[in-house]
Amino acid sequence: MTLTHDPVGKSVPRIDTYEKVTGTAIFADDMQFGPGLYFGRLVRSPYAHALIKHVDARRALAMPGVKAVVTGADTPKNFGLYLIDRPIFARDRVRMVGEPVAGVIAATEEIATEATQLVEVEYEELEPVFDPFEGAQPGAPLLHPELGDYEVAPFIFPQPGTNISEHFKLRRGDVEAAWRDCAAIVEGEFRLPQIQHVPIEPHVAVSLWDLSDQVTLWTCSQSPFAQRDLIAQSLEIPHGNLRVVAPYVGGGFGGKAGVSMEVCAVVMARAVKGHPVKLRMTREEEFIGTSVRQSLVAQTKIGCDAEGNLLAMQTQYYFGGGAYNDYGVNIARAAGYSCTGPYLIPNVKGDSMSVYTNQPIGSAMRGFGMPEIHWGIEQIMDQLAAEIGMDPAKFRRRNCVKSGQTILTGMKMTPIDLVACIDKAAEAIGWGVREPASAPHRRRGKGLAIMWKAPAMPPNPGSAAIVRFNEDETVNISIGAQDLGQGAYTVLAQIAAHALGVPYEWVRISVPVDTKYSPYEWQTVASRITWSTGNAVRAAALDAKGQILDIVADHWGEDRGDLDIKEGKVFSYRTEEELPLKEMVIYGLPNEEYEGWTGGPIVGQGRFMPTYVTNLDFETGQGARAVVHYTVGAQAVDLEVDTETGEVEVLKIASVYDVGKAINPDLIMTQIEGGAVHGMSSAYEALRFDEQGRPLNPNMVDYRIATAVDIPHEIFGDFVETPVEDGPWGARGVGEHVMVQTAPAMANAIHDALGIRLNDLPLSAEKVYLALQDKLAQE
Amino acid sequence: MATHTITIMINGALERLDVPSNMTLLQMLREKLALTGTKNGCEAGECGACTILLDGEPVNSCMILAVECQGRQIVTIEGVAPEGELSPVQQAFVDRNAVQCGFCTPGMVLSATALLRRIPNPTEAEIKEALVGNLCRCTGYVRIVDAIQDAATKGVAP
Repeated sequence: MTLTHDPVGKSVPRIDTYEKVTGTAIFADDMQFGPGLYFGRLVRSPYAHALIKHVDARRALAMPGVKAVVTGADTPKNFGLYLIDRPIFARDRVRMVGEPVAGVIAATEEIATEATQLVEVEYEELEPVFDPFEGAQPGAPLLHPELGDYEVAPFIFPQPGTNISEHFKLRRGDVEAAWRDCAAIVEGEFRLPQIQHVPIEPHVAVSLWDLSDQVTLWTCSQSPFAQRDLIAQSLEIPHGNLRVVAPYVGGGFGGKAGVSMEVCAVVMARAVKGHPVKLRMTREEEFIGTSVRQSLVAQTKIGCDAEGNLLAMQTQYYFGGGAYNDYGVNIARAAGYSCTGPYLIPNVKGDSMSVYTNQPIGSAMRGFGMPEIHWGIEQIMDQLAAEIGMDPAKFRRRNCVKSGQTILTGMKMTPIDLVACIDKAAEAIGWGVREPASAPHRRRGKGLAIMWKAPAMPPNPGSAAIVRFNEDETVNISIGAQDLGQGAYTVLAQIAAHALGVPYEWVRISVPVDTKYSPYEWQTVASRITWSTGNAVRAAALDAKGQILDIVADHWGEDRGDLDIKEGKVFSYRTEEELPLKEMVIYGLPNEEYEGWTGGPIVGQGRFMPTYVTNLDFETGQGARAVVHYTVGAQAVDLEVDTETGEVEVLKIASVYDVGKAINPDLIMTQIEGGAVHGMSSAYEALRFDEQGRPLNPNMVDYRIATAVDIPHEIFGDFVETPVEDGPWGARGVGEHVMVQTAPAMANAIHDALGIRLNDLPLSAEKVYLALQDKLAQE
Repeated sequence: MATHTITIMINGALERLDVPSNMTLLQMLREKLALTGTKNGCEAGECGACTILLDGEPVNSCMILAVECQGRQIVTIEGVAPEGELSPVQQAFVDRNAVQCGFCTPGMVLSATALLRRIPNPTEAEIKEALVGNLCRCTGYVRIVDAIQDAATKGVAP
């Protein structure tokens, strides 16, 4: 086997592909539980908003094979991440179609499904709210009259007596005065529908509550530790008695972060102690019963002077949060403190709100508020550039944030080079060169969009890691982070190997993550694993390395400072003596004449937690450091539109991001490629509902995601490396960013091709065609 | 529910199984034989994660009843590299980093294998067309297409 030394910065092969191409990689639904396994199914609300008058499970319980039925009466305590607003099973009220009202446990999935029809629930319908703007107005029907009683994180500000679960305010400079100095002002309302993650693996959870009240949950999870924490709190289980095991995740994109249906499985297991209970979502349930990306109504106004300098911005973001908050409140907050997008604007008035609606639960999805707000911002920037007669790329170079500038929250911008990203992306699609369309009825256009995103988290999410050597000098790394496909295990193995001074091929990642054995990790979200867990793994590796060098220095009678580990051997710079690690990492080293021994099994530990994020003022959003850092990037799109059908064909997407340091360049490219297609696909996607809030397209035929024939003809990817101060070798995350601004880049290219502006997603062919007809009629 | 005794060749071994009338091939593979490499993504023939080869043709195993498979030959992902040595398609997926979460991968490998047996040197358009029933949310299909082109140049194992 070829050994890869010093692997950081090298495109080593993924650590998990052999298992995955042979079908031996274990996902939650693949785990075997034997004949004692029971199956659960959920009884779901058919109404968007209703009071529950009565639940009667007697007929279901009488059905042969049914073991138990659980209802809201069994789950008196709510759960939630930042705002504790969500019942496990609805108690007195349902707030969305599909909300779990009861759970049936039976010997087979078939019996459980049949028995759900026998649980009788009497409802009294209430007026629903679907539009977040309307829901935020005084007099709108209230979804949560109890909002003021809910427990809430100290940095989230719900408005009791309204449907507003979070209101973040950003105030900087004097917006009203600044409008007077503007040569151009553009304003618009932009709307985005709810969309879904559509992982190919639907949610699956299996739980066992044994007779000694030890509880295990096996599930596809981005957040095993957060799930343990939230479920333990809601069900009053000691944390040490609740074990969450998370095998491979078949696609997450935020949808398997936090807690959704998993807690139902635990409650169902409690009703049949000693029997594991499996609860798996059908594809329809995956669409409506897990979580979705929030909808948004953005009302945004931005102005610049005649030279193209941005002067002022005022914006209201109304996020459609759905029935309950999972991450929703923090999405609105993140969109608030980043509300300008990646631009330096001296005068800003921003209001970002999460609003309850009687729809599926709006929660984390790749980009976490940023794709939503960039949709409007990036179209307005093109319009402003046009109004003052400036090239949109030049306009963005002039106004985009630069390292060290004081940004909207008062924080100093962390090191980045967005101008370099713009230059490379623009060059890659031949920016400024008008190219012919492929047929007379087709029009070609190019568009550009830029982005920023910070990891949106509580101020102090931690990561921990353990490095253990084995007898043959291979190394096991224990972490609590998850590989969702983004390549985390590979990158963490590279970081460990590099920091230890051993080849990449010696490193094993000790997974599946199991909260009983794995060290703590807040969650695998926010593109934070390479950065945060990477810091922890590096620290653990350096701890182990220090132990090794101390032992060998003692043995050789040398100064530790003269020793290093290179290519798996301890090496003395002074004497050039070498010692293979295998000879000392478990059994230590003998003293002279075997008069005793030195050392012992090497176990290194490391942790990382950002300690420098500060509070933001409630009235102004101002503070010393709002976030740990930002990742920035540019995307450019070249496309053609068929004027006879309105169909858009993306010819090329060029993506360039500032990654700080590319730990594995090829894995970054695979994120860029997948993200470009995900971003393009998201521009066409929308969950649709009827007037009663019932979903119209919760399946993969009516809700289409990009297939192999839909992808751009070419995807160009590149990166720049401006190191962050707080990441391993300067690395920062890039997994989410790669799809944030694809939709507005496409919209700008469609405008370039046809001269039409579409303020509302999705970019359906029908909408493009009708907008073009409107424009032609006006001419 | 009536049960039926059927005989099927699965990954080269003859199996005799009792299956209920309404059991799908996907359920039989996963639940009776623990061949869990075949994935359940939608049970509606929409995602392709449960693709297997039935008499050499790629099919969604969720859309076929087990009883329909009496006397037929099935290859699942477990049958592609029975001795652990990767097929050219699998090796190309590894070499090209054509795998992210891996949930669609077994179905993709089988669709690609069937394609290359039918068309040993497919064009890019033919590859994309052959994958249209296999959804992937992670990779954007780019590396999967690249990998199949690579495998084509090396030839598929029989």
